[in-house]
Amino acid sequence: MAITSSWRAYSDSKAMRASAIKRGTPRGIGERLIEFSLTGCGLLSVLTTLGILSVLVIETIPFFRQVSLAEFLGDSQWTPLFAEKHFGIWPLLVGTLMTMLVAICVALPLGLFAAIYLSEFAKPRTRQIVKPALEVLAGIPTIVYGYFALVVVTPMLQKIVPGLAGFNALSPGIVMGIMIVPMISSISEDALHAVPNGLREGAYALGAGRNATIFRVVLPAARGGISVAVLLAIARAIGETMIVAIAAGQQPRLTFDPRVPVETMTAYIVQVSMGDTPHGTLGYQSIFAVGAALFVVTFVINALGHRMARHAVSS
Amino acid sequence: MSRPRKPTIELPPVVSFPDDQTKVRARGLNAWFGDKQVLFDVSIDVPSQGVTAIIGPSGCGKSTFVRCVNRMHELVESARLSGEVSLDGESVYGADVDPVLLRRRVGMVFQKPNPFPTMSIRDNVLAGLKLTKTLDKSTAEQNVEQALSQAALWNEVRDRLDEPGGSLSGGQQQRLCIARALAVQPDVLLMDEPCSALDPIATAHIEDLLHTLKEHYTIVIVTHNMQQAARVSDMTAFFLSGELIEFSPTSETFTAPRHQRTEEYITGKFG
Repeated sequence: MAITSSWRAYSDSKAMRASAIKRGTPRGIGERLIEFSLTGCGLLSVLTTLGILSVLVIETIPFFRQVSLAEFLGDSQWTPLFAEKHFGIWPLLVGTLMTMLVAICVALPLGLFAAIYLSEFAKPRTRQIVKPALEVLAGIPTIVYGYFALVVVTPMLQKIVPGLAGFNALSPGIVMGIMIVPMISSISEDALHAVPNGLREGAYALGAGRNATIFRVVLPAARGGISVAVLLAIARAIGETMIVAIAAGQQPRLTFDPRVPVETMTAYIVQVSMGDTPHGTLGYQSIFAVGAALFVVTFVINALGHRMARHAVSS
Repeated sequence: MSRPRKPTIELPPVVSFPDDQTKVRARGLNAWFGDKQVLFDVSIDVPSQGVTAIIGPSGCGKSTFVRCVNRMHELVESARLSGEVSLDGESVYGADVDPVLLRRRVGMVFQKPNPFPTMSIRDNVLAGLKLTKTLDKSTAEQNVEQALSQAALWNEVRDRLDEPGGSLSGGQQQRLCIARALAVQPDVLLMDEPCSALDPIATAHIEDLLHTLKEHYTIVIVTHNMQQAARVSDMTAFFLSGELIEFSPTSETFTAPRHQRTEEYITGKFG
């Protein structure tokens, strides 16, 4: 009797185990619905990007029917709203790159040293407080930064820098740099933090001091993450609009002097779309051409960033 | 029920050495992480000659002990210690001792091979020298060859010195780390479970290496592998719960342990 019942228990459990790998009921409609909506969400973002891209291309084509690519890339003047029109992108491009360069010159040392401090020197408690506090900088509305540049930083700089105009590339560049400090410090700090402790110990055990360990071993090991941080910050600085529209002067001029008014690509787009340029005119179409050029520049930088990130991971 | 008779004269479980044969000496060493004490009153004389193995179950303070010798222990936040450690009779915790200079005399190899990933094989070997001072090219080349030969790696990497250190196999990486430690010409080489991340063949390579290295260096090797301790070492120290239980010639530790706990550990009764 006892034997039979235990055998039955055994065969029951065996049957149960066999059925455990078989599909019971067909997959529920709810599960399908979830899968469908998730796919939809993913597709939506892809379609939005494609949509923006196609509008950009479609609106850019009529512009290039009237203005040759040679003029766009060859002319040194940008005066689409004047009687005598010129369509050379260089003044806008140089204005963009100059403000970006000023911003990076400010943000890279500040951000990197902040990251090194947070990762290598700060006590965990300090880090917990300082890191989020620094990230608040990135959350300040850019319009605030813009007026800060115009009414605070420029007058202050005028006392130090001779010949600094009321509108210039220097002041918005510096303020933009402050804005992107947390971007560089936060991502770089993550990269430094991810460097295995074994490398630090290895360096200390060889008789390296703290500075040699940080600058010769830890920093190089985190270079992949740091370069990604810098590239993202560059892309952010190039795309930044409000600060430069307010404080840089909206005067497209081909110059490398950061003391005089300039105009960036983004600021030009704001100027035309906010102004009374009639829809359908060449002047109106020019903002799409500028937008396309901006897209190409940021796309190249992003692609570079991805390559560097991959390279850093593989090495 | 007859058990082997104990010798009539009880040998002390911890042997000591005279000053002139002692390289590293600890007296009354206690160490803490925060409130947790991990070493209790450890006193040991590590002899200048030969390999000293440190065995014991996980968490018994083996690693902490060797890290007290080259002052790596204090790099951990909340780490404290008391007691005395000396190298060639001089205190390593004296007020005038620079831990950075100390670590050039007491090299260390870690459990996980940690070559510097952004440096070539050559630069890894020279890292200790470069991180501390500048050196000219011809002595650098000499140093590289000498250190890699000592670590039995020269023949395998002589044609690829410019490749990154990370391109080597795990066992080669560990020998590269040994070469890196030897390049600064230390007196003592501390090895903290150097083979635990390696396969048996790579382990055999490192063990062979120890036999030649012990001619020139005082070697302290932490291992959780008792067979390894028996194969490579001349003296064995057995730690248990932060205390030094036994320190005796390896030939005796594994055949005639002096302390009952040692016997229980090496026969597999616990641990």
